[in-house]
Amino acid sequence: MDFRLSEEDLDLKQMARDLAQKRIYPIAEEMDEHGETPRELIDECAELGYFGFTVPEEYGGLGMNSTSFMGVLEEICSASAGFGIMLSVHNSLCCEIIKLFGSEELKQRYLPEMAAGTRIGAYCITEPDAGTDVASLKTTAVLQGDQWVLNGTKSYVTNGAFAGIFVVFAKTDPAAGHKGISCFLVPAGTPGLMIGKAERKCGIKASDTRELSFSDVKVPKDHMMGEPGAGFRMAVTILNSGRIGVAFQSIGIAQSALNEALKYSKERKQFNQPIANFQAIQFKLADMAVKIDAGRLLAYRAAQLKDAGEPCHREASMAKLFCSEMANEVANEAVQIHGGYGYIKEYAVERYFRDARVTMLYEGTSEAQRMVISRDLLRE
Amino acid sequence: MLEKKHLEYRDRIRAFMEETIAPKALALDIEQRFPDEHMKPLTDMGLMSMLIPEKYGGRPTDTITYTIAVEEASRVCGSTGIMLAAHNSLGCWPIYAFGTEEQRQKYLPRAAQGGLLAFGLTEPDAGSDAGGTRTMALKKADHWLINGSKCWITSATKAFATIASARTSDDPEDKEITCFILEKDWPGYAVGKKENKLGLRGSDTAFLHFDDLKAPLDSQLGQIGEGFKQMLKTLDGGRISIGAMALGLGQGAFDCALKYSASRKQFGKPISYNQGIQHKLADMATQLEAARLLIYEAAQMKDAGMSFGHMSAMAKLYASEVATKVAGDAIGILGAVGYYTGPYPVERMWRDVKLCTIGEGTSEIQKLVIARHLLKQVEGKG
Repeated sequence: MDFRLSEEDLDLKQMARDLAQKRIYPIAEEMDEHGETPRELIDECAELGYFGFTVPEEYGGLGMNSTSFMGVLEEICSASAGFGIMLSVHNSLCCEIIKLFGSEELKQRYLPEMAAGTRIGAYCITEPDAGTDVASLKTTAVLQGDQWVLNGTKSYVTNGAFAGIFVVFAKTDPAAGHKGISCFLVPAGTPGLMIGKAERKCGIKASDTRELSFSDVKVPKDHMMGEPGAGFRMAVTILNSGRIGVAFQSIGIAQSALNEALKYSKERKQFNQPIANFQAIQFKLADMAVKIDAGRLLAYRAAQLKDAGEPCHREASMAKLFCSEMANEVANEAVQIHGGYGYIKEYAVERYFRDARVTMLYEGTSEAQRMVISRDLLRE
Repeated sequence: MLEKKHLEYRDRIRAFMEETIAPKALALDIEQRFPDEHMKPLTDMGLMSMLIPEKYGGRPTDTITYTIAVEEASRVCGSTGIMLAAHNSLGCWPIYAFGTEEQRQKYLPRAAQGGLLAFGLTEPDAGSDAGGTRTMALKKADHWLINGSKCWITSATKAFATIASARTSDDPEDKEITCFILEKDWPGYAVGKKENKLGLRGSDTAFLHFDDLKAPLDSQLGQIGEGFKQMLKTLDGGRISIGAMALGLGQGAFDCALKYSASRKQFGKPISYNQGIQHKLADMATQLEAARLLIYEAAQMKDAGMSFGHMSAMAKLYASEVATKVAGDAIGILGAVGYYTGPYPVERMWRDVKLCTIGEGTSEIQKLVIARHLLKQVEGKG
């Protein structure tokens, strides 16, 4: 067992840290305020290959494994979790599912543009009435001639406004429950695809979240990925990447929150001394650091298992559950250490506290992770 | 993702513990009896000399292997776990690390053959504040004259020798501490009565009293005044094994609760069908895995020669707190039957594991170690 990153991974992580600190952190609050990501920042990330991190080189990507990407994602998320989730959804869900399940033709057609950052991905699975219970989704796809016709509504779609490609899960056999779900690629601009207004959110406000509606949206027959009815299994496979991504997003948020709290506790004086001199503060800091380290180890274990092609369901869920709850605890304590200052927007911990909350919700709620883990335990 | 050799070792050591130690664990607890009969099989398995080089008759392993051994022992019997942890980390290791060649030759081969070693740091008035040590060692012409008492000493009644810290300056303001290796057979060395404890009742814990004990000059361990530093270094390593012990107790309680939940029926179905139980199990397993990884990380850092004191404090703090919670939840899953001594081991494990949040530094002391490390890093950055 060795969680230490390779020299190359460490260099990549350091590069990402520089970018995060110099370019992203200074505008993070502004992105949060306006819910927008500057195009120049996207271009800059694209130049570094961040939109095709795990895409094979033959399709224009960097061809790196998830573990290297996760180190980078943590650094990006430590500056702006909202910007980070855009990258995570694009890489860990969209590129990943096309890479694993797309036909050679689809890969050649879409992956190079995706890797170049000119076609950003959005992942459409959740619906107003289908959250944790994925099998109950209602969007349908019907084959008419050589085209699939999609109808339905998808909610909480990250990158919805500017995505160039949508991965959409729909029922091709509504009577078959989860075995009736299939997966499609829908290029942006397809008639009938309507992008709703931006959702207003508690946190990760730098990211774009939309409701999408599909009204007789037609895509070529070959835009179905995998076999008919294989969508649920594909989604479950991809969920591992998504969950590991959220785990690292959580770690990024938590690490920044701790760093801010450490710095503040040394500067802030009360009763004629830095508050870092008080054990009540010291012990909070110690607990925060322990939880972050434990989370990071769980997350790297899951990423490395995934890269080794080994089953990692339980481990990915454990990492996601632990890290997301940990990030909330750590961000909460960071606010506490800042006192009243932590509650106002001048200090970044206020944003971390808001951003952390979503990590316990998306890619499966904490409760859904516990379902996965306990099922796995009881099966033994 | 342990290496194959570690996985194979785990299988082997688990089978041994389940076959040899587990059947006696309940009786040892009830009778408060130290299992003399286990010493030979434990020695034969190489468990008494895991940190002793071959040159001194040991069967040295890497630190992860050592933590696996302590975890698996504790998974069936906490008393065996702490005996192994204390003997290897606190008894054998400092003699090898700080001892002269003569001291190593004298004590380590016997320890490797199952002769128990003890470690005396704590005193009635010196717990977390080891600076309050009162035991005195005065240098005479041809011996050290030692007076004082050490408390809560693991394996005290059985150990053939102990390491003990003492003040070596007669100036009451001078906190100079030096360590010694003292043998049970020397006049003036007395063992108090066996303590009656909440848990780990199969482990012998007692006071050691030194009453005008004349120790030879060469019983001094390392240099004068180095004692405090030696103790802290020893505890850095020891904490990894206390983390492993906590983990084993938590895992043992969890394994029992998991199995029970699948067989216990209420309302016409196994209680494991209820989400309330499922989610408890998921949380318990997640926390144990996180603890295990912290322990392995500390172990790997130690073996890589890195500075690891803060990481072993993290591993010990987290594993002990989490395992205490897991063992409590395991009782919760079993319900009333879990509260009784005998039918299932969970209440014993819950009593046993509580020690892990206290021994080798309380949780509060671990946090102190960790916070100091963190704040020093910020200072370093200016």
